[in-house]
Amino acid sequence: MTKKLIIEHLNAWFGSVQALKDINLNIEENSVTAVIGPSGCGKTTFVRCLNRIHEVVDNARISGKVLLDGEDIYASTSDPVLVRRRIGMVFQKPNPFPTMSIFDNVAAGIRLNGIKKKNEIADAVERSIKMAALWDEVKDKLYKSATALSGGQQQRLCIARTIAVEPEVILMDEPASALDPISTAHIEELMQQIKDKYTIVIVTHNMQQAARVSDYTGFFLLGELIEFSKTPDMFTNPGDKRTEDYITGRFG
Amino acid sequence: MKSLRYFKRRTINNTIFFLSYASAVIGVAILLLILLYTVIKGASAINLDFFIKLPRPTGVPGGGIANALVGTFMVVGIASAIAIPVGVMAGIYLSEFGNNKFAPFIRYLADVLNSIPSIVTGVVAYVFVVLPMHRFSALAGGVALSIMMIPIITRTSEELIRMVPDTIREAALALGTPQWKVIIFIVLRTAAAGIATGVMLAVARVGGETAPLLFTAFNNSFMSVRPDQPISTMTVLIYNYASSPYADWNAMAWGAAFVLIVIVLIANIVSKIFTKTKYAL
Repeated sequence: MTKKLIIEHLNAWFGSVQALKDINLNIEENSVTAVIGPSGCGKTTFVRCLNRIHEVVDNARISGKVLLDGEDIYASTSDPVLVRRRIGMVFQKPNPFPTMSIFDNVAAGIRLNGIKKKNEIADAVERSIKMAALWDEVKDKLYKSATALSGGQQQRLCIARTIAVEPEVILMDEPASALDPISTAHIEELMQQIKDKYTIVIVTHNMQQAARVSDYTGFFLLGELIEFSKTPDMFTNPGDKRTEDYITGRFG
Repeated sequence: MKSLRYFKRRTINNTIFFLSYASAVIGVAILLLILLYTVIKGASAINLDFFIKLPRPTGVPGGGIANALVGTFMVVGIASAIAIPVGVMAGIYLSEFGNNKFAPFIRYLADVLNSIPSIVTGVVAYVFVVLPMHRFSALAGGVALSIMMIPIITRTSEELIRMVPDTIREAALALGTPQWKVIIFIVLRTAAAGIATGVMLAVARVGGETAPLLFTAFNNSFMSVRPDQPISTMTVLIYNYASSPYADWNAMAWGAAFVLIVIVLIANIVSKIFTKTKYAL
């Protein structure tokens, strides 16, 4: 196994409020890493630091290093636009582009990155939607508005949109928290199918989900990384009292 | 005691209800009267010649307002060509980059500009366009109207671009898209229907203006499509013909007023259709 992302002494602030405190961890290539913890513990901020979308918010600051294949994405020579092409993101609430068709949504990233050939775009769109396990449901209405899809379909469309630009890492910020159990199962299955091609980091509220889908789990509490280990170890033999209290449901 | 208080309260309630109802009726009735009167007086002047012929001297039957129709479209077109890019870009600045000390100042100035009497914008265009060119012109009229359009378009664009949720911006950024492309291809596209509505409302608003055109576009009895020449517009034509002592010119003014109202109405309806498209926010 190789380390795709190495996070060193990562701190993040919103104005004067420190949201992350000295985070150190490694993310293995072609694995699913889950980030769990109670609300407000910094899970979402953590993944938003990994593709430099944290800094888009006003007054948001960061310190420390995030090495992608050994290169610091926060180095002064690093371009956030190029970082985000390699590290894609799926958000908590499905956010398809409302004025675009299903096809155009998936094509958006490729087109905006300057690819113009029609057949190349069409191939990438079909491949991505198939990979997101959505093809059979939308193949007859590719040119209909994306907002007409159900929430679960919209979220898989957003995953297809992310896959289409061929990132190396996919960050998922509670991708199933707004979805029903069947849609959630679809997305979990999908993660298992695509993880041999991508490195996935998923934030989740749901500990069962973390146990089901992930290879590694990090437990965050009040902006600190309390524990990070292989998922089975974390859930059967937690090393920290606070982790144990959280996963056994004593708080959170 | 209790029933007396109840009676009093009910009386006040009914009175206020009646007053507000009557006010609404009066408001709508006045609008209907204006429309009805214009239709009755104006429709009789309308025929094909009215749209394709030039005005004739008083006493000579026939003639139309073709030059004024073309002139109004031209002046409003020039105004739109100036005001739409400036207004939309100012709206982008205020909503996307407006988190600084300078933006509230611009926002306030736009609101002030919006409430400036229209005759004053005419004077400004006179000073800055007519005097240097030594000539009244369609261009000067367009500049005067654009001064009125810019703040309207700026403020509506700002509001509608701001309505685009941040989650959409982040979705586009997360695809590795540079910010300028996010704004042009994603944010503007999402807000496009709303911005079009704002533009149509601005067009409808300035299309009916007379004061800024009196000493900028001035008037022209002949057909002209040259931006550097004086040009006839429907509103100035109405102003001149309605205040003339000749009955046939007065009738022409009613006809032109009718056509103008229909044009403004169409602009308003088109803007309503824009807001109802399936792609609107």
